[in-house]
Amino acid sequence: MLPTVNDLTFQAATVNGSGSQSANMVLTRAIFSLGIPVAPKNVFPSNIEGLPTWYQLRVTTQGYQARKGDPDVLVALNPATWRQDLEQVRPGAAVIHQHLYSTADARTDVDYFPVPFTKLAKTEIQNDTLRKQLTNLIYVGVVAGLLEVPFEAIQEGIRRTFPTKPGAWQANEDAARIGFKYWHENFSAHERRHVLRPLTGLTDSQILLEGNQAAALGCIMGGCTVAAWYPITPSSSVCENLAAYADRYRLDKATGERRIAIVQAEDELAALGMAIGAGWAGARAMTSTSGPGISLMAEFSGLAYYAEIPVVIFDIQRIGPSTGLPTRTSQGDLAFIYTLSHGDTKHLVLLPGTVAECYEFAQTAFDLADRFQTPVFVLSDLDLGMNLWMSPQLQYPERPFDRGKVLTKDDLDRLEGEWGRYQDVDGDAVTYRTLPGTEHARAAYFTRGSGHDELARYTESPEAYAANMDRLARKLETARAAMPAPVVETADSAQIGVIAFGSTDAAVVEAREDLREQGLEFSYLRVRALPLSPSLVDFVAAHERIYVIEQNRDGQLYDLIRLELPSQLVGRLRSIRHYDGRPVTAESLSRPLLELEAVPV
Amino acid sequence: MAAPALNHIGLARDSYKGVASTLCAGCGHNSITNHVIKALYELGVEPHLLAKMSGIGCSSKTPAYFVERAHGFNGVHGRMPSLTTGAQLANRKLIMLGVSGDGDTASIGLGQFMHMIRRNVDCTYIVEDNGTYGLTKGQFSATADVGSVQKKGTVNAFLPIDPCAVALTLGCSFVARSFSGDGKQLVPLLKAALAHRGTAVLDVISPCVTFNDHDGSTKSYAYIKDHEEELQDVSFIPYFEEIEVDYEPGTTTDVRLHDGSHLRLHKLAQDHDPSDRLGAIRLLEEGRSRGQLVTGLVYLDETMEDFATREHLPERPLHSLGEAELRPSREEFDALMGSLA
Repeated sequence: MLPTVNDLTFQAATVNGSGSQSANMVLTRAIFSLGIPVAPKNVFPSNIEGLPTWYQLRVTTQGYQARKGDPDVLVALNPATWRQDLEQVRPGAAVIHQHLYSTADARTDVDYFPVPFTKLAKTEIQNDTLRKQLTNLIYVGVVAGLLEVPFEAIQEGIRRTFPTKPGAWQANEDAARIGFKYWHENFSAHERRHVLRPLTGLTDSQILLEGNQAAALGCIMGGCTVAAWYPITPSSSVCENLAAYADRYRLDKATGERRIAIVQAEDELAALGMAIGAGWAGARAMTSTSGPGISLMAEFSGLAYYAEIPVVIFDIQRIGPSTGLPTRTSQGDLAFIYTLSHGDTKHLVLLPGTVAECYEFAQTAFDLADRFQTPVFVLSDLDLGMNLWMSPQLQYPERPFDRGKVLTKDDLDRLEGEWGRYQDVDGDAVTYRTLPGTEHARAAYFTRGSGHDELARYTESPEAYAANMDRLARKLETARAAMPAPVVETADSAQIGVIAFGSTDAAVVEAREDLREQGLEFSYLRVRALPLSPSLVDFVAAHERIYVIEQNRDGQLYDLIRLELPSQLVGRLRSIRHYDGRPVTAESLSRPLLELEAVPV
Repeated sequence: MAAPALNHIGLARDSYKGVASTLCAGCGHNSITNHVIKALYELGVEPHLLAKMSGIGCSSKTPAYFVERAHGFNGVHGRMPSLTTGAQLANRKLIMLGVSGDGDTASIGLGQFMHMIRRNVDCTYIVEDNGTYGLTKGQFSATADVGSVQKKGTVNAFLPIDPCAVALTLGCSFVARSFSGDGKQLVPLLKAALAHRGTAVLDVISPCVTFNDHDGSTKSYAYIKDHEEELQDVSFIPYFEEIEVDYEPGTTTDVRLHDGSHLRLHKLAQDHDPSDRLGAIRLLEEGRSRGQLVTGLVYLDETMEDFATREHLPERPLHSLGEAELRPSREEFDALMGSLA
């Protein structure tokens, strides 16, 4: 039988804290350097050292980015999970394992490749301090042998993984070569089921980056000048990347002056408070957090909504409620975020579905926040934020910042009559603000989270309160039209439609191809913002059955859509939910979809 | 009628007024508001550069009652320090004046209060301290003394948090205490606090006439008048006034603030050196054990860098930075994309 080419799922099962992550990166970048599309997924524990961790690397010519359930190649280096890891591989899989693990009574439908990793490391790696980490490079060499990856690609992978540490190249290369040699000396006669071959044209202008890194770069390009945050997985790398980019692009090396303030706050309350204080004073300000932090930010979110202060809040979702599974992915904050605060509140929410959108929407968020003087949430998740994704190169922004309706000293000089902070003079429910420090006798106003009238004066007047709340509702309608429109791919004569958002996109794209091969076509609408676009109603109306697919238990988007649909269309909606904390696979969408299709309406 | 007196930037005292107070008649907070107005007027603070910050409570309403021509921000309960920190970072030119209360500072806001001090955010932070929750009708606050009796007769069993002591242990760069009824002491302290670059904490005992001005209260007018112990007779010389030489060795300390103004302390009974942090802590503790309120400038460190300076932020407001200053060039961006392949 001929081996399959460039279509496989690799999985490394290791113990966290052992340094396997760099080895996995080397392998990933080595394969990517051959022009082969990759999709890495890291499933890791909330722990520093000693618990099981899995790294999955998917290789497809289609460039699929979703996780896949059953690996074709397994590297088993965790004795605690060895048997379970083995159960999950596909029949015919190649299983590379510590040679001491017993394969007696184990599956007979796979190929075993026992490697004495510890012994090889002990006898062949001279560097005592790095031996533990470098042991992982041995399996990179073995896998390269197995998949016929040229060793030059491994060398390239090492260089790309440690671009700033050329001193580390040789030691890593030597360790990888141990494994590569071991393969050729012991297993080269083995008939291969999977091989990798260099490709051209599939990865041109493609880059590998994490969503949080893309979001951080978006903040730089979007003109963010104040960021306040509190460490929390999986969002910490947003501000850590921001700090790294700031060192590169916002530091005047001659004077030491920094054109951004990045503050590690004492908690998420203070983090959002600082961002709001900065936004009030005119800076483009943001904070970044995850579920537990978002819960703490409810109070300040209400203030910024009601007092109308621009601020950008990244929520890199993880599993909740409470501490939940801190290192597993989810889309469970959607409904909570949309109305975050006590009292009547509705926020603008951006829903990036790709790393390129993490970058783009970070910039959009600052524009929208300034334009509508309100908090803008960017709802990403652990899968999108912390995994590397293959993406087209990011685009340099062509537009200047949209700073919204800010009256300067000159504007106030020209202005006749009264100026009121909350007066809707343009009829779009968006009012004018001034910044503290504006040198004009009429510039000042008083910002408060308590009841206020159009002139920003304290009031408990029922009429003033209701009028202001009505204007805020109208402002949301103005904003609705300015939010990123859904991405719609209509299939001719398709009776069914799928609606999804965020990182679920990768699995939907793949499921669509899979089902098409099985003769089932569907149209696809990807929601990219809340409030929902009016075009959603047309999409539902154009299809007989609509599947709303998302990564939470309760079907939160499904509920939000139903609330906005005319009653005669509500019955068309069906809900498919995935919520075990692992990134969703195409199969976990297509299977329930096919089952539900078998059920008559 | 004679024209009103103008300060050195040409403004009359009325320019520093706010809307009418809605607090109870006789409230100590109203006195503080008047002293704040006097201090800002005499210092010649540009109203448009002032940012009035507050949290929630009776005290936090007062920023509306002074300098209507300054931006104000009445935020959420106990979180004024974070809003102030953000605004200060965004625009270093702003003169941040925070007004808080004892509940807002010592209970719900204790964490933010402490971290603001730790960062030495450039702001004046006034605690209008009456030991009680006025707006919610007289519950004890965390600054109420043990044995303090509520109007309804309940006796407070818990040790008080002293904002000055907390500030001192955190290395706050300016710590002072005064009394709402003592303008002669409070006004110079306010001016010095405003001139100071860094966090200036001013704990101002301010009796609550409605809920906490009775015989059982340790924050009543009568109690404070009997138990106040002044550290110094304080006078403040702004940077634009010449200093007359009238030192009396051993009895007068002259402290130069960063902007060139001077704080002059005439020693009274105590011989307290405001640069001695340990001595300051001892002083507060001794005062507490004697049931006395030590007032005056407790501690001052003019050498500590404020937060925005330590963050190396530009002098001009961050909102004035444009695309060219905030985005890397196309070449830099392309190089970055190349490195991500």
